[in-house]
Parts: sequence; C-alpha cells; structure tokens
Amino acid sequence: MENNAADYENSFYQEKGRYNGVLSWLMSTDHKRIGIQYLAAILTFFSIGVMLGLLVRLSLIAPGKILSQNTYNQVFSVHGILMIFLFIIPGVPVAFGNFFLPIMIGARDVAFPRLNRLTWWLYLAGAALVALSLFTSGGPPDTGWTFYAPYSIRAQANITLAVTGVFVLGFSSILTGLNFVTTIHRLRAPGMTWFKLPLFVWTLYATGWVQMLATPVLAITLVFIILGRVFGVGFFDPSRGGDPILYEHLFWTYSHPAVYIMVLPAMGIISEVIPVFARKKIFGYKAVAYSALGIASVGYFVWGHHMFTSGMSDTARIIFSFITFLVAVPSGIKIFNWVATLYKGSIMPNAPLYFALSFIFLFSIGGLTGLIIGSLAPNLHLHGTYFIVAHFHYVMFGGAGFAILTALHYWFPKMFGKMYPEKPAKVGWFILFIGFNLLYFSMFILGYRGMPRRYFDYPPEYFNLHLISTIGSWILAIGLLVILVNLLRALFRGTQAPSDPWGGKTLEWKIASPPPAENFHEIPEIK
Amino acid sequence: MQGETEKSDHIVPYGTYVNVWIALMLLLAATIAVAKVEFSKYSVFANLLIASLKAGLVLFFFMHLKYEKWVLKAMLFMVIATLTAVIALFFADVMFR
Repeated sequence: MENNAADYENSFYQEKGRYNGVLSWLMSTDHKRIGIQYLAAILTFFSIGVMLGLLVRLSLIAPGKILSQNTYNQVFSVHGILMIFLFIIPGVPVAFGNFFLPIMIGARDVAFPRLNRLTWWLYLAGAALVALSLFTSGGPPDTGWTFYAPYSIRAQANITLAVTGVFVLGFSSILTGLNFVTTIHRLRAPGMTWFKLPLFVWTLYATGWVQMLATPVLAITLVFIILGRVFGVGFFDPSRGGDPILYEHLFWTYSHPAVYIMVLPAMGIISEVIPVFARKKIFGYKAVAYSALGIASVGYFVWGHHMFTSGMSDTARIIFSFITFLVAVPSGIKIFNWVATLYKGSIMPNAPLYFALSFIFLFSIGGLTGLIIGSLAPNLHLHGTYFIVAHFHYVMFGGAGFAILTALHYWFPKMFGKMYPEKPAKVGWFILFIGFNLLYFSMFILGYRGMPRRYFDYPPEYFNLHLISTIGSWILAIGLLVILVNLLRALFRGTQAPSDPWGGKTLEWKIASPPPAENFHEIPEIK
Repeated sequence: MQGETEKSDHIVPYGTYVNVWIALMLLLAATIAVAKVEFSKYSVFANLLIASLKAGLVLFFFMHLKYEKWVLKAMLFMVIATLTAVIALFFADVMFR
C-alpha cells in the first residue's frame, strides 16, 4: 500500500464518535484507542517505577543518608507494586495485545468492546486506589510487593487500600483474558485457521487462559488479607490457628503464573520480530506455538519453588523442583527456534532486532539462573539474597521489559504513523544494555556472596559491588531517556511511515499506518 | 469463526430435573455422613469428590453443558483439571509437612 498523507486523515485518530476531546478517548470502545491509552498509562507508571528504583539504588551507596529505614522499605515496596501490578503484568496484552490482536486475526474489534472499555476503567480505578494508599491513613505499604502475611495483617501502613487497588486491577486482567480468548475463538477471519495464527496471537491466547485461571486466586488471597486486617479473621495468623505458609501458597499460585502473563506475550513479540528481520519464516512454527501452551500449562504448577525455605514439606519441595525443571523445556524450545530462524537469514540490523536479540541474551541468563535456584540445594544458599533480585530483573526487565521496547520500536510506525530515527534508537539501546548488565549482574555476585535482599544496610565488603550496581542504574536511566526522547520526538516530528516499513507478512502490515477506524474495509480472506 | 459453540434450544423433561435433584439430595446426605464418620485427613478427599459430583450435575443438567459442543466441554475439563492439580499440590505440602 502506498504511503500518503490521506492515511492519517482516515485513521482511527480522526474518527469522530459521540464524544470530543478527552472523553472521545475515555469513552471509546475502539481497541486501538484503548490500547494507546493503556500504553501511555503503563509507560507513565514505568517511568515513576524507574525513578523509585533509582532512589533505592542511590540510598544503597549511602545507607541512612538519603532514606530512613522505614522510607527505604516503603520506596522499594511501591517500586515493586507499581512495576508489577501497573506496568509489567498488564504490559504487553493491554497495550500491544489490544491494539494488534483484532488486526492480526482480521477482525474489526475484540469480541466484547464495551467489556474492553470496562477493563480500562477498572485499571484506572485500581491505579487510583493504589495511589490513594500512598497518601492516606498509615502511608505507603512497606511489605514489599508480595504483601507477605502475617506482617501485612499487622503492619501500620495503609495495606488495606493498596490491596483493594490490586484486587480491582486483577478484575481488569481477568476480563482482558476472557475478551482475548473469546476473540481468538470467534472472530478469526475466514481462512485464518489455528495454525495460520501469528505467534503473538498464540501467546496472547495462552496468556488469556492464565489470566482467567490464576488471577481469581490472587483476588481471594487479597480478600483474606482485608478480612484479617479489618475483622481480625486469622487465615494466615498462627496465633489464631491460621497458617502463614498457606498465604505463600495462595499468593504464589497466582504470582508465578503471573510471571508467564508477563513473559509469554513478550515471547510472542520476539517470535514476530525475529522472522521479519531475518527475512525467513520462523523455524518450527508449530513447536513455538505449542511451547506457548506448554509454558502456560506447566508454568501454572511451579509456584512452590518460591517457598523452598518456608517450611514446606520435603515431598512438595521435590515435586515443585522437578516441575520447575520441566518448564525450562518449552522455554528452551523457543530460544533454540529463534536462533535457528536467524541462522542463514538475511539479517536486517534495525533497532527492533537489537532489542529482540538482547531479549534472547538477557532472558537466557534469567532462565538459566532460574534453574540454579530451582534446584533445592543451591536454593537454600541463594534464597532471599540479591541473586534472586538479579534473576528476577533479568527475566522481568531483560525479558518482558526489553520485549516491550522491541514492540515499541517494531510497531511504532503502525501505531502512530511516524518513523523514528534509527541511530538514536541504537545508541539508546547500547547505553541501556551496558547499564542493565552493570546494574543487575553485580547483584548476582552480591547475592552469591550472601547479601540479603530488602536490607537497608550491609557490611563494608559489599560496598564496591553496590557502587557498581548503582552506577549501572544511572547508565540504564540515561539509555531509557535517550530511547524515550527519540520516540517522543518522532511522535511529533517523525516522517510519515509507510504501511509496511519492515516487510512484515502479518495482517497489520497490509493496512494503512496508522490503521483506519474499522481496521479493514472488507474482512480479509486468508489463503 | 463459526460453529464452535453454536447455541440451540433443548427442552429437558421435568423428570430429568427431578432425578438430578434427588441425586443432589443423596450427595448432600453423603456429605453429612462423611462429617459424622472419622476419616481423618481423607475426609477432605471424600468431601472434594462429593462436591465435584454435585457441581458436575449442576453444570451438565441445570446449566445445559450436556448440550454444548466439545470445545466448551474441553475448556471446562481443563479448568477443573487445573484446579484439581493445584489442590493436589497444596496437599503434597500439608499432608507431608
């Protein structure tokens, strides 16, 4: 399709609905407008989370001089809550999933557009409640993002409101999953059979099921915390006959599958980007598609590896360790297939590929260190140390975070109809990559040497590694800033994007950039 | 895509509903019986089994799952299998702690 200015005039941005101004966005049921709003929201929360993270790192090179002990606990807790519940769990599905899922399957919208709008409002309401908890009653939560009981039942901080906010966010997530699964079953274009679905769609499908099956467990767990705090019900309080390990079970029954809510669609993005920039079909399409389902189903049953030192039974520890090793198999399949796709490809070294390749590298480190802590014996030494923090950030930021940056650079021309300059994007990527590894690899060594996580202070022998890590955090922030400024500048001053700047083969590249309101004038027939 | 779970109306005879109701009452009696008999830790399994049977009857007959296509049945089976596995893993801890 030709690149012309008329594309923008006919795009969904220009669609006149019943409302004007801000309301035309907030009241919209168009999946693309909802996706754009979600994207703006998650990037805002990400930016705040980064600033809190920088503050934590700064405090750690001068303990007691920048943040007090209590403030330190609150800052790392709010950093975690924002990053997990408001950025990375909703992340890919709500922003890119909403925007691209219907287009990629040849539909005009999701199956339940109004429900989609409700999820956006629920997300805003949940975010508002979490924000309110910071400034009311006992102040910001200081429990960490895990809200571990029985401390969360007894803490003076405003846990009840924060937990209620997360509860509401959970409903947004469940309904998004329901909407996506139904959309994929019911709204595929004629000829779009299951094994013609783009791999990003496969991962959204698997993720949708995990969202529906796992999130209600978090909801009930959070209700138990509220009941414990407000009415003194002792589900998790040993002094009242409760069991704190039950809390860990329930929490991680959600929160480990939640890792796959974050990472699976991220893998879908990589599965889209690698073949386009290698100029080849994906190696082993079916294996990659099935591995998404494999990760979703096996990954549901590994939560106990977060609890090896909790006092859980030996039988359960052995079972959970074994299943943890199993889940590495489908993840390994994806990594091998991406690399095999690159092999003998005609590589186009554009910015999205840089981010995608770093995903593979960083996620592999995250995954392999996951096997170390999934083994029972090393886990006893490494549990609760900086090793876990490093592993977690390699998977979450190195994995899901870099995938979001990949998606931003890959789909930016389609979403906004503008091209960005490549050079600053690559410079930003380079700075980010260096900063990331300085920041988090130091934590692997710190953890291996015994530095416990969440501690406000430490013996002097850990100082040098903490310093390297903090310097890494500044470099990382500069990289992010370069990337962000480049994209924002392109948003206003970028050149007009053609409909298919990368030579992509999926349906979103067959329509104008940005897409028209109805996506397709006629529903495409897939041959 | 069409035809995965197309709806159609089914007129179920009253007799079926009465039979299901009787079965539910019998299962209720079984629940009470289990509470009276000392099964120790196995009473949990007995209660879960009875509850599953009750839920199955309600789903199949009252909620018309019986008349749905296989896709919907398979989805529900997957959800129940997941829940069963989760409960089993909980008990792998609680029973051997």
